[in-house]
Amino acid sequence: MGKRKKMGLYIHIPFCLKKCNYCDFVSFKADNETKESYMKALLLELRDMPEKYCFDPKEYIISSVYIGGGTPSTMEGSQIYELLKRVRDNYRLSKDAEITIEINPGTVENDSLEIYRQAGLNRISIGLQSANPKELALLGRIHSFEDFKKCYHMVRNKGFDNVNVDIMTALPGQSLEKLGNTLRQLMTLGPDHISAYSLIIEPGTAFYKDYSEGGSRESELPGEEEERRLYYYTRDFLKEWGYHQYEISNFAKKGKESKHNSAYWRRQPYIGLGLNASSLMKEIRYKNTPSTKDYLKDSNNTSSFVENIVLSKEEQMDEFMFLGLRMNRGVFKADFERQFNALLLKRYGEVIKKLLKEELIEEDKERIRLTYKGMDYGNYVFSNFYLGDY
Amino acid sequence: MTNADQSKIRNFCIIAHIDHGKSTLADRIIESTGLLTSREMQAQVLDNMDLERERGITIKSQAVRTIYKAKDGNEYVFNLIDTPGHVDFNYEVSRSLAACDGAILVVDAAQGIEAQTLANVYLALDHDLDVFPVINKIDLPSADPDRVVNEIEDVIGIEAMDAPRISAKNGIGIDEVLEQVVAKIPSPKGNADAPLKALIFDSIYDSYKGAIVFIRLMDGRISRGTPVKLMATKAEFEVVEVGYFGAGQFIPCDELSAGMVGYFTASIKNVSDTRVGDTVTNSKEPCDKPLAGYKKVLSMVYCGMYPADGAKYPDLRDALEKLKLNDASLNYEPETSIALGFGFRCGFLGLLHLEVVQERLEREYNLDLVTTAPGVIYKVYKTNGSVIELTNPSNLPDPSEIDYMEEPVVNAEIMVTKEYVGPIMELCQERRGKYISMEYIEASRALIKYELPLNEIIYDFFDALKSRSRGYASFDYELKGYERANLLKLDILVNHEEVDALSFIVHADTAYERGRKMCEKLKEEIPRHLFEIPIQAAVGGKIIARETVKAMRKDVLAKCYGGDITRKKKLLEKQKEGKKRMRQIGNVEIPQKAFMSVLKLDEDK
Repeated sequence: MGKRKKMGLYIHIPFCLKKCNYCDFVSFKADNETKESYMKALLLELRDMPEKYCFDPKEYIISSVYIGGGTPSTMEGSQIYELLKRVRDNYRLSKDAEITIEINPGTVENDSLEIYRQAGLNRISIGLQSANPKELALLGRIHSFEDFKKCYHMVRNKGFDNVNVDIMTALPGQSLEKLGNTLRQLMTLGPDHISAYSLIIEPGTAFYKDYSEGGSRESELPGEEEERRLYYYTRDFLKEWGYHQYEISNFAKKGKESKHNSAYWRRQPYIGLGLNASSLMKEIRYKNTPSTKDYLKDSNNTSSFVENIVLSKEEQMDEFMFLGLRMNRGVFKADFERQFNALLLKRYGEVIKKLLKEELIEEDKERIRLTYKGMDYGNYVFSNFYLGDY
Repeated sequence: MTNADQSKIRNFCIIAHIDHGKSTLADRIIESTGLLTSREMQAQVLDNMDLERERGITIKSQAVRTIYKAKDGNEYVFNLIDTPGHVDFNYEVSRSLAACDGAILVVDAAQGIEAQTLANVYLALDHDLDVFPVINKIDLPSADPDRVVNEIEDVIGIEAMDAPRISAKNGIGIDEVLEQVVAKIPSPKGNADAPLKALIFDSIYDSYKGAIVFIRLMDGRISRGTPVKLMATKAEFEVVEVGYFGAGQFIPCDELSAGMVGYFTASIKNVSDTRVGDTVTNSKEPCDKPLAGYKKVLSMVYCGMYPADGAKYPDLRDALEKLKLNDASLNYEPETSIALGFGFRCGFLGLLHLEVVQERLEREYNLDLVTTAPGVIYKVYKTNGSVIELTNPSNLPDPSEIDYMEEPVVNAEIMVTKEYVGPIMELCQERRGKYISMEYIEASRALIKYELPLNEIIYDFFDALKSRSRGYASFDYELKGYERANLLKLDILVNHEEVDALSFIVHADTAYERGRKMCEKLKEEIPRHLFEIPIQAAVGGKIIARETVKAMRKDVLAKCYGGDITRKKKLLEKQKEGKKRMRQIGNVEIPQKAFMSVLKLDEDK
């Protein structure tokens, strides 16, 4: 038996106490009965995933599990425990696997955290978004900064030594001062990892009507110039405090980079279980239905797919480039050549030459990566690597 | 039907102002004559191009033959030849008229006579056609047929008291129209035993049969095996098939003879051999002289057409050649642009004609086109005494070599109800019009005559006219001649580079205004780049207006959507697609539609 390949496992819990005003993920409020049936459907999908996603579990080892949402902590601790037990019972889970759960302040108690420990969770991701009460209210969050602090300490006191905190930049009316205050407050707590996402006004969210183009409150959003200042400020501030940037929006203390997220950028195989979850397995990209009804009915068979795309070799190469470039480490030529048995420069020589001239990427013998300027124009850079000739 | 009893043939067309119901009446005639059952009728049988049906206008002449059993007990052959109504297509109207012996004039019972009604009637009378009027849309609440009858008699001077009052849409009064076709349209008077003499009034290309040539026989006969000669091109062929026009199909028959309308094929592979307006005769027994044919039409509006993908240049050339076959009014010659590469300078009858050709190229020939701003032909008198006819602004000689320039001027007739006379005259003044006269056709409607520079009306004059008269004004024009004018070439610089395809000729008085608006418009059209892009308008090297496209500060998605890479890819794909519709000028990408910006300068008025 050869060496097992690493894979990630994502489990989507679509339930929230209340949907936030900016959120466009599949998430909603649900009663216990719905949660019960969803659990059953998830367990079925977990049990039958080798057939559904056409892979032999004996060839794989799960190197990271990520329970995301929604707010996974709205499930009973026992349900989370059950989920992870089934993972362990049926599949090979690496001893040093990173096992994360997303929680929101006000949805966890000491007891549930205790169960998380016993379930094997070793990384906690807490949604904060802002330390400013007005901003929290505007975003439609259900907690105060005090609630967050209480939650954070509870997590630490349970002995979790890998904690992420989500914050948001580019909020309406957000000044450097307000952002600075949030960051400084956070530094008194010292999380291991910080995800700092810029607010994007997505269709279908509560924010969309007021803040989209032409909306009545659009002018309250920071302009591009201001948005970039907030971003640079965050980057510089966190660097000062010992968090290094390893991806466009992610910062970590040394050794605390999220393995699970990095696996996406490195195109390692992963299975996403649950409503509307995405997967990449054996160079096929899958996506589950966003309809609860359909998912509950068909979670463990292929009729729940709304996407099922076989990637050509060229498409894999393009993905390798534009996903890899999201990471500060960039893409290594040797990795590309090993994976595709083709020269990187042969396919992308022209693109690279152009982007070098525009100072958006830098190149050395080993690798190619975004410059700071390139990070501002990521989409432009990525779209250049997306040759689309498939 | 090979029986050549000409007294039982009626060759006619329907003429009308746009939207007065010409195509609908044609449908009803075809329906009522029983060649098709109602079930087979698709709405508007004659308009068989998709484009025509969508836009509700008739572009190409089409013909159909039906059999009508009249009240006198005889069966008559009706050859109905459809004509376009728009002013741009006068030439096509003229072709159809030459193949007819009479015409039905359709007038809207509510709107009465409009500018194109007059233009088309005069055209028909020029061709010595007998015209009888039909009052359509009598079912409209605002219909006033008595008033319209008086108008026709007073303004046009043709008998209208017994004009059928109909609703083509609801099938009211169609029988009376058919009876009047028999009674009022003269039968053809050709000689079937004389040498073959037939007029080509249209042709289309079929990849199996070659050119299908639409003819009206004046004298003689034609059948399979007839050796024919096309008198203008001197090309000779042997006829393979003759036939007549079913509804939307070709129906072969044994022979066509004097007075009949039909088609022939002769394995004609070279489309340019079958020139519309040419005379077909028997090469063994030719007629003495060809028919008068049509006068050569002059293109009034020119623009550059370029394939968006340079490699498609040969495809564009082939497509233009095919279109030219049955659209003699389309002219084109190759040209090159620094900005756009290889393409063609094309001449059209008017802006609608341009749009129709552009759409046909894009739809029927699947070409993606970049079109430059349309312009007219200017005459440039050089100091050395020579004159050039300028169709492409970038060919304008250096100002030091120019003595003076002339621009085309048209005689325009605008018909409008009293309350809009003021706004319409104001519009004409704004467009550098010269007032000629105004007369009241009836108490509430006036016919206003102006001389207008053609370049002031080719873009959006028609739209402006409609909007300032709430749709009540109608408009027709004909070329008057050339007049001296103070004209300048306006150049556009994008990121300090002159873009030849964006240059256009303007009157000196409006140069500053147009330059400013052009810069504003381009600022909206050109997407932001990683760097700042100045857009400048210049006359003779002097900058007269400037706008700046600010640099893009960021273009990045912070969010990672979990593992949903497909969603991210869709965004990148969109970005990529957007780029495809761009033209690279220096290091700036200009969207293709920006090259038409000059057309939209008055949009916000």
